[in-house]
Amino acid sequence: MSIIKGKVYVLKDDIDTDQIIPANFLNLVPTIPEEYDELGSHALAGLPDSYQPFMKPGENKAEYAILIAGRNFGCGSSREHAPVALGAAGVDAVIAESFARIFFRNCVATGEVYPLEVRDRLCDVFSTGDEAEINIEENTVVNKTTNKTYKTLPLGAAKDVVDAGGIFEYARRAGLCS
Amino acid sequence: MGQTITEKILANHAGIDKATPGENIWVDVDVLMTHDVCGPGTIGIFEREFGKDAKVFDNEKIVLVPDHYIFTKDELCHRNIDTLRAFAKKQNIKYFYEPGTDTYTGVCHVTLAQEGHNRPGEVLLGTDSHTCTSGAFGEFSSGIGNTDAGFVMGTGKALLKVPPTMRFVIDGEIGEGVMAKDVILRIIGEIGFDGATYRAMEFVGSGIDALSMEERMTICNMAIEAGGKNGIMNVDEKTREYVRARTDKPFQEFQSDADAEYYSELVIKGSDIVPCVAKPHSPGNYAPAADCSDVKLDRAYIGSCTGGKITDFIAGAKVLENNKVSIDTFIVPATVEVEQQLVTEKINGKSLRQIFEDAGCQPIAPPSCAACLGGPIDTFGRTHGEEVVVSTTNRNFVGRMGSKDSQVYLASPYTTAASAITGVITDPRKYV
Ligand code: SF4
Repeated sequence: MSIIKGKVYVLKDDIDTDQIIPANFLNLVPTIPEEYDELGSHALAGLPDSYQPFMKPGENKAEYAILIAGRNFGCGSSREHAPVALGAAGVDAVIAESFARIFFRNCVATGEVYPLEVRDRLCDVFSTGDEAEINIEENTVVNKTTNKTYKTLPLGAAKDVVDAGGIFEYARRAGLCS
Repeated sequence: MGQTITEKILANHAGIDKATPGENIWVDVDVLMTHDVCGPGTIGIFEREFGKDAKVFDNEKIVLVPDHYIFTKDELCHRNIDTLRAFAKKQNIKYFYEPGTDTYTGVCHVTLAQEGHNRPGEVLLGTDSHTCTSGAFGEFSSGIGNTDAGFVMGTGKALLKVPPTMRFVIDGEIGEGVMAKDVILRIIGEIGFDGATYRAMEFVGSGIDALSMEERMTICNMAIEAGGKNGIMNVDEKTREYVRARTDKPFQEFQSDADAEYYSELVIKGSDIVPCVAKPHSPGNYAPAADCSDVKLDRAYIGSCTGGKITDFIAGAKVLENNKVSIDTFIVPATVEVEQQLVTEKINGKSLRQIFEDAGCQPIAPPSCAACLGGPIDTFGRTHGEEVVVSTTNRNFVGRMGSKDSQVYLASPYTTAASAITGVITDPRKYV
């Protein structure tokens, strides 16, 4: 996928994994298909009430394909339920000023969402509901509502793993597992 | 140019002479730990990728420690433990600490130490962010997700990016009434909640050397609260003694070279560290306890991998001896061994258990993660409303202990116990 487009949902700094998927839903197992879908329906259920709801009640797909956040997105626990819940809810990419290490890694390893870093504080210039388009190859994101273009940072070494389609394919190509 | 202990261990496990920060290398894993929250998903990935009949890479190097959701009526939680049980049987996993039997231990990170799975020089990965705790034993340890863990389960290898190391020197011993928790909260306060993202945190100095193994674990445990990839400490006689008492497995010691290259260095005088808290909702929200005496509390909680070890309860009991708590006070031993020590450890002839009872604490809970991470509705100590809690745990995110409206102040066992007596955040130094 080199173009991602859709509505954005905007978050601020330090969105932790308990906000992305609260602990009372960790009894769901991501590799069981029905529970994968259910995880999606609880995506971002832990956000404080100052945010508008991310999901409409009773639905398991969000109307937003892109999250835009500030610093340290995904900090906290190693729960892979977090990128899985976002992916299951229909989120294709998260753009943030910085990511917590394990969350970033889990995004890459699972292939659930693209974690893209930016230098600019996009969470201050995008509003929830804006339309955006990301071009992965060209490292850009356009705010279709304001018609402004911003640079995303290249994925770096993680790109090899993403391009291979995750850690298993990457390792198979390197002859490390069959 | 020399290397840090983290670089040396990773290079050794990759079969190369030198590991350079930023480089991606394949390393051999000595121990893979998983629990009831991420274990079933990890097994799901393993079976999907390697096949239902595939064998794990080594049935003695996988350690299964169910600990998160044990004492609950929740059916799915029980199903997840059943999944682990069936897998352990099918794969003949040697180390499965099974709930409901006398092999059950409790919280995974304390179990790893107490059962001899922490050994200097090794690489230990776990599907839990606080896996960095094991670094107190001079090994590389880090938290990973299910997909990476499923890969390790099948191959015994992991692709790791070598982190640059930040060096933290605690110069001189910390004072009376001050604990390891105050050291790490101070460090996180200084560098920020994401101040060590992607980096190793190496803790050295006479202030660290003077600490017990349990106290050292508290510091490494919270490396992730600054975003660190791993926390690590040198091996000394205390480490060797602790490890040798628990395992016969030989181990190799590594040490940072004097001319190793560091990303940064922060020196803090041990005597400058004071009892403190992290205010809601970030572990980086540092404040001296003495400055928070206006915070009225509803609840105190002593437990978890950070603050539920025997040394934590000894500290709590020291403060609570001959005192009464004025707010609901929850006591949750991390493991069965700690639970037993509450009876055998005594202060002035009185067991810790008796001291907690006499002080008016809630009945002692069975060992598990309990309310450290909220969890199912019937979890012991979980918040359900607007409770203000002082807690020895490691995270105070919105909703972490259950209710989104509750507020959590992180503190040492001394500070937590002193605050339980007064009902407001209290500097514990007048009690010890
Ligand atoms: S006690 Fe808390 S932090 Fe430690 S492993 Fe359990 S849930 Fe995680």
